[in-house]
Amino acid sequence: MSSRARVLAFVAVVVAIAVAATTYVVTERREVRAERAAEPAAEQAPITEVTDGPRIVFRHTGLDSEYGVVAVVPLDDPGGPRAFTGVTCDRVAARAEGASCLVSDLGVAASYEGVELDADWQQVDSVDLPGIPSRTRLSPDGTLAATTVFVAGHSYMSTGFSTATEVHEFGGGERWGNLEKFQLVIDGREVNPVDRNVWGVTFVDDETFYATVATGDRTWLVEGDLTERTLTSVSPDAECPALSPDGTRVAFKVDVDPGRRIVWQVAVQDLATGDRTLLEAGPRGIDDQVEWLDDDTLIYGLPRADEPGVTDTWAVDTTPEATPRLLIEQAWSATVVR
Amino acid sequence: MYISVRDRPAGGTTAHGSTSTRPPVGRVVLTLGVVSLLTDVSSESVSAILPLYLTAVVGLTPVAYGLIDGLYQGVSALVRLGGGWLADASDRPKWVAFLGYGLSAVARVFLLFASGAAGIAAVVTADRIGKGIRTAPRDAMISTATPTEHLGRAFGVHRMLDTIGAALGPLIAFGLLWLVPGGYSVVLVVSLAFAIAGVALLGLLGPDVRARREAAARSGPTPPPFRWRDLTDARLRPLLVVAGVLGLLTIGDGFIYLALLDHGGVNVTWFPLFYVGTNVAYLVLAVPVGRLADRVGRARTLVVGHLALVGAYLCAVLPTSTAAATVGTLLLLGTFYAATDGVIAAIAGRLVPAQARSSGIAAAQTVVALARMLASAGFGVLWLLLGPTTAMATVAALLVIAVLVAATRIARLDGTAVTS
Repeated sequence: MSSRARVLAFVAVVVAIAVAATTYVVTERREVRAERAAEPAAEQAPITEVTDGPRIVFRHTGLDSEYGVVAVVPLDDPGGPRAFTGVTCDRVAARAEGASCLVSDLGVAASYEGVELDADWQQVDSVDLPGIPSRTRLSPDGTLAATTVFVAGHSYMSTGFSTATEVHEFGGGERWGNLEKFQLVIDGREVNPVDRNVWGVTFVDDETFYATVATGDRTWLVEGDLTERTLTSVSPDAECPALSPDGTRVAFKVDVDPGRRIVWQVAVQDLATGDRTLLEAGPRGIDDQVEWLDDDTLIYGLPRADEPGVTDTWAVDTTPEATPRLLIEQAWSATVVR
Repeated sequence: MYISVRDRPAGGTTAHGSTSTRPPVGRVVLTLGVVSLLTDVSSESVSAILPLYLTAVVGLTPVAYGLIDGLYQGVSALVRLGGGWLADASDRPKWVAFLGYGLSAVARVFLLFASGAAGIAAVVTADRIGKGIRTAPRDAMISTATPTEHLGRAFGVHRMLDTIGAALGPLIAFGLLWLVPGGYSVVLVVSLAFAIAGVALLGLLGPDVRARREAAARSGPTPPPFRWRDLTDARLRPLLVVAGVLGLLTIGDGFIYLALLDHGGVNVTWFPLFYVGTNVAYLVLAVPVGRLADRVGRARTLVVGHLALVGAYLCAVLPTSTAAATVGTLLLLGTFYAATDGVIAAIAGRLVPAQARSSGIAAAQTVVALARMLASAGFGVLWLLLGPTTAMATVAALLVIAVLVAATRIARLDGTAVTS
């Protein structure tokens, strides 16, 4: 090829891919806009009908005008009409007293915020978060809030990865800071590893909680004490714990295929005896902090394989042979308000 | 900064004698720089959204993401030697580099369809293998196409363009997400478009720089083909030793950023901007520092440049941690990259015979990469034993000693008879 022909060929390639890429961007933009303008397919109810009794609060994930908006359904009719709150969250946890909502604002420099809302979904407090929202939970009486985010920068020269998990008083007030700064006790020994990560808090009361600590290649279920500022290992190999309403059992994810691949299943551990039950017939490849529907049933979110961004919330009994059932369509980050 | 796009004879190796005026930067350097710019826009736009994409859409957790990230970082060092060898053995660095760029572009196509941790890890690994393959042949082309006295500037220009791409990538990615909310596939498609443009530019307009053929054309007999023995060249060895020792005291940027955060002087929400700040300092300083290296000696710049890293270590753990200390740390870190990253390739390319140029550059870069990996692992332990401030001060002190020792080798490295 002559150099003139090469230049022409290059220009042709650039024009072709520029046109193709631009067309794709424009088409996607139009589709997303149309999608986000559409009315939700899910049946709706007025908010006043669901706010009094026991209920489930979750993030609606239908690709429609209410995408990402927090919705509420009555506990006795989870598949029924949902009421929208008008508040958008990536992760949400609710109690009767209010809700903790983690939200990302993807501007040119993405920013992340933790917002606290009262029982009428009005904002009472907000803090900047240091990374991508992952988990949030409130203590049983709504006094304390916990947040977990991924702190991840972007660069080819070096990449840091870690989680940041914090506990603070709901609506402002005392802050306990990053739980990585708590004294870590593993198997009765005080240790101080630099690579520790803490995530997935579940509260016992306004003093004690459970969480996950990872260091090296291992994860631990730890019991945390806010006054003593300690994290004490309970047992190895457990992630994202959730305490049952009666306080006797903890459900969490376990990696059933250790090594390079990660395949999570759910297990339930009796806190008094330490006996662990793997939900053999339960979900595989789950990645969520489970929640207790009641003392014998867990709920969790799963992404739809064929619809990116859409997730469903499933329920499963805590026996090895129990099979999951669909609880709420187009729902994520569900918590139960009793 | 003086850059001209005026065309030079293909290959651009003909500046014998005329050194009083500065010739324009060669077409090879500019073409390869723009190829790198396009490719970095492509890879950094994906890197910027990958954590979000993996966690929000694919649904991976911190641990799974960390695993992928480790793969991402670790793979490229070893394939680099292979890429260098292939380029030398074939005397076709352009097409070996093309293979590397092409592999990364193909990986982007698969990223569009990959789902689950394993699939994405595989794609990301392929992308990094591509990066490993192309780096040394590309740097060898820059080395061959540039007269020795302007090598520092040439690599400076290339690294500046490369870093501009790295800085633009995340901006483009987040701009697209703003245009199309949740449109991760849009970012992946645009990233692919940039990758294809880079590959097309190299393939169609990238000059076919061939060191062995050109040496033959200039001075008679064809140089022998590459042999592994060329790598044990007595001139290259001191560079590998110096680079290795200094690399052993070069802890990852991540630790420096963590030390800054640990002091609490800066809000943690600024964390992502640390990378941006370092990049900006690097791209602004790459050309001036490269030119300085041409004047005062490249090995001297490489060794003394590590004092900027010492400064960054100390600045990061200053007792009075302020915004100024943070900016100072990032500026020093950018200076360190400007004084070392391109400069070491410039030096290495002249310490081996022309037929071993890619391998020589690959050897130096691999030594640095492996030494830095060891350094980061070792520093993790030190940080745990001594705490961030003492650990950082210790490494800074050791690095000062290493710089002083390395300084005794400067004259030899800078004075060694160059291979053209």
